[in-house]
Amino acid sequence: MKPVPRIKLKVNGQEYQVEVPADITLLELLREYLSLTGTKEGCGKGECGACTVLMDGQAVNSCLVPAAKAEGSEVLTIEGLASPDGRLHPLQEAFISEGAVQCGFCTPGMIMSAKALLDQNPHPTREEIKVALSGNLCRCTGYAKIITAVEKAAAMIAGEGRG
Amino acid sequence: MYNIKEYYEAATLEEATELLAANPNLTIIAGGTDVLIKMHHGQIEKAELLSIRKIKSLQGIRKLEDGTIIIGPLTTFTQVVNDPVIKDNIPVLAEAALSMGGPQIRNVATIGGNICNGATSADSASTLFALNARLKLQSKLGERVVPIQEFYLGPGKVDLKAGEILTEIIVAPGDYQGYGGHYIKFSMRKVMDIATLGVAVICKIKERNIFADVRIGLGVAGPTPLRCREAEAFAKGKTISRETIAEIGKLAVKSTKARTSWRASKEYREHLVEELTQRALKAAIVKAGGEEIA
Repeated sequence: MKPVPRIKLKVNGQEYQVEVPADITLLELLREYLSLTGTKEGCGKGECGACTVLMDGQAVNSCLVPAAKAEGSEVLTIEGLASPDGRLHPLQEAFISEGAVQCGFCTPGMIMSAKALLDQNPHPTREEIKVALSGNLCRCTGYAKIITAVEKAAAMIAGEGRG
Repeated sequence: MYNIKEYYEAATLEEATELLAANPNLTIIAGGTDVLIKMHHGQIEKAELLSIRKIKSLQGIRKLEDGTIIIGPLTTFTQVVNDPVIKDNIPVLAEAALSMGGPQIRNVATIGGNICNGATSADSASTLFALNARLKLQSKLGERVVPIQEFYLGPGKVDLKAGEILTEIIVAPGDYQGYGGHYIKFSMRKVMDIATLGVAVICKIKERNIFADVRIGLGVAGPTPLRCREAEAFAKGKTISRETIAEIGKLAVKSTKARTSWRASKEYREHLVEELTQRALKAAIVKAGGEEIA
């Protein structure tokens, strides 16, 4: 496998230059080359949303992004949500307090899709939350608590004046 | 991990057509949500990919002075859904785009890729069939424009010749102005599913209750998306009534070549064509300014 010329990208605010083979995905780049294992691989073919990250502000399935396509882009993963001092993001806090996590495998993807939504629409309706999370599958909690957690996070962010 | 042998990135259309002319084995990749799945399933092996996503001239939607709408093939489904030109002029295409995949897929998948993939289930295709969209194709040797109806040759097969790239999706003003349209996607799940049947109907009304024109585009009713010419010819000039609409639904089935697959039987699909054509037409009538038919 021919390595592609060094890929330059920003992940969670930090600049990286990585030399990777031409055949890997952004998901593999994150997990295996940058050791950011918070992003999960579920189906590996764009159906489940477990690998959702934000690329230039938009939610994408990182399993469907060839690493080379991430060149020059800005990526946000679940590891980049908490403040540098360790304070959790309101979405993370709300998922915990609402019990919106069971096995936890879908959670990083859910939270990243919710983050993309709240960045564009800080006061979503339950219906809008459902649409924003419609590309993320959860096989244990059954969604109701997840939707409530996103509502709660939106209220927390509005109250705190932070995103 | 994908079986990618080479990954080229073209910055301009000229560069892309040069690369394609020099290496006929290149597979064009735009959003990648179909190409990468095919690679995942082993349908494409040792792929030599040509990424066109950075080519500026293939992005965005614009309306020319004469009303012609040009959709750049690299426009993502999310962009189609939110685009003011589409929302104001052909909202039925935004409806169809919103029914495709989920948010993550819509953020990446492109309308040009949807068409060039050649699937009868393509959510954008039935609407573009109804709109008589034309496709501009360019190669190193020159360019040509073909109606979308002629572009689809068979399942997964389109008239994209070696070295060619889809550069524009063109909708003429006479094909959308004055029309109201409605798209119904029938699928087992509300999102993240492939259509069991896709029905796009656009219509134009004259003298308050007469069909000036009706166009019906269907997806998954045959090996390619298709139009229901017999039903359309019948509708022209008829007074709008429940009976006329019922007859249009019946006639629509005549243009179909539905088959039985694991998603649905031929008979069920034909039933869906008759019923959903009527429902889509009723909604389109209201959007075209006509009175509601119960």
